[in-house]
Amino acid sequence: MSDSLITDIVNAGVNPVDQILRTDRMPHIWCPGCCIGTTVNSFARALIDSKIDLGSLALVSGIGCTGRVAGYVKLDSFHTTHGRAIPFATGLKLANPKLNVVVYSGDGDLSAIGGNHLIHAARRNIDLKVICVNNLIYAMTGGQTAPTTPGHSITSTNPYGTFEPSFNLPHLVEAAGAVYVARWTTFHVRQLARSISEAFQKKGFSFIEVISPCPTLYQRRNKLGDGLDTMKYYKEKSKVRHGAPTGEVGLTMTGEIIVGKFVDRDRPDYQTMMRSQYCESLGEKFVEQEEMVCS
Amino acid sequence: MAEGRVSIVVEHCKACGFCVEFCPTHVLELSSAFNSKGYHPPHAVHPERCSGCDLCGMYCPDFAIYATKVAPGKERDK
Repeated sequence: MSDSLITDIVNAGVNPVDQILRTDRMPHIWCPGCCIGTTVNSFARALIDSKIDLGSLALVSGIGCTGRVAGYVKLDSFHTTHGRAIPFATGLKLANPKLNVVVYSGDGDLSAIGGNHLIHAARRNIDLKVICVNNLIYAMTGGQTAPTTPGHSITSTNPYGTFEPSFNLPHLVEAAGAVYVARWTTFHVRQLARSISEAFQKKGFSFIEVISPCPTLYQRRNKLGDGLDTMKYYKEKSKVRHGAPTGEVGLTMTGEIIVGKFVDRDRPDYQTMMRSQYCESLGEKFVEQEEMVCS
Repeated sequence: MAEGRVSIVVEHCKACGFCVEFCPTHVLELSSAFNSKGYHPPHAVHPERCSGCDLCGMYCPDFAIYATKVAPGKERDK
């Protein structure tokens, strides 16, 4: 191939994920080597494969690099305030219980600024599918230490290395009461797509953590190479252990990453519990048996 | 005879190299040509090896590549 400028589409056709994406907004703002796009790819393919009615699906995201997903999908989507993706999604679900509500956000948005909402949504077991793209850092604001940053990492706020213990998100949400907890890296694209399809079959709070590189701020500062090097590291160091005790799956900077489906259990969700409580205290004739829908 | 056909949206590519690295049959290589943003998009050096598995499409963070199965017996149109 010559060194000339090439601007045309080679073998023009239709990308199967284009039906989920707002293609007029492409190319997107994510950096070269950033894998948020890969997670969106897996999500879009999970939607296509599981044949979910896209009209009954809403995607809610917060602020941050991952928060931009809401603007790039051709679904009913909502880009909310920082950390409040889960409260907005909870309101959406309670007002219209027939909706499939997906929360798609980053680790800083879900576990730091919105940490309280995360544990309480898991405790109440609200029927939300939460996809948390964990790039181990606050990426959009310039690489500050996040609650998920593993020890000894160099960040812009800890130039001599972090020393705080970090959150182990699967352990946190399992303890709070989530019914489905899985973790994959962006290397495990097909497993991630399958996990997202499985989460749609569950009723209750489902949490999928996706470990993703931030080549611009995390990998560069810690001299871990670029996005491709990180993907090779994920390939080499991740171990699939389904049902692993979540207390043992904490992350380190260069160590092993335990991935897999950790929790899959059944527990009545918020609206089921509400209805059964009201039936008990008020009597069945005063309780709506059909799910109410605000229109 | 290739079982699949790989398509590349050159202008969306940011040359992360995931498709080149993870293609199971090593169809792709980054080209020396530029797109208008100055990245080197991949090109198919062994298009006859493509199995149409679409793993490149699943890995691509920029939705810039995808592979489709070619019906057996049909001539690949180039």
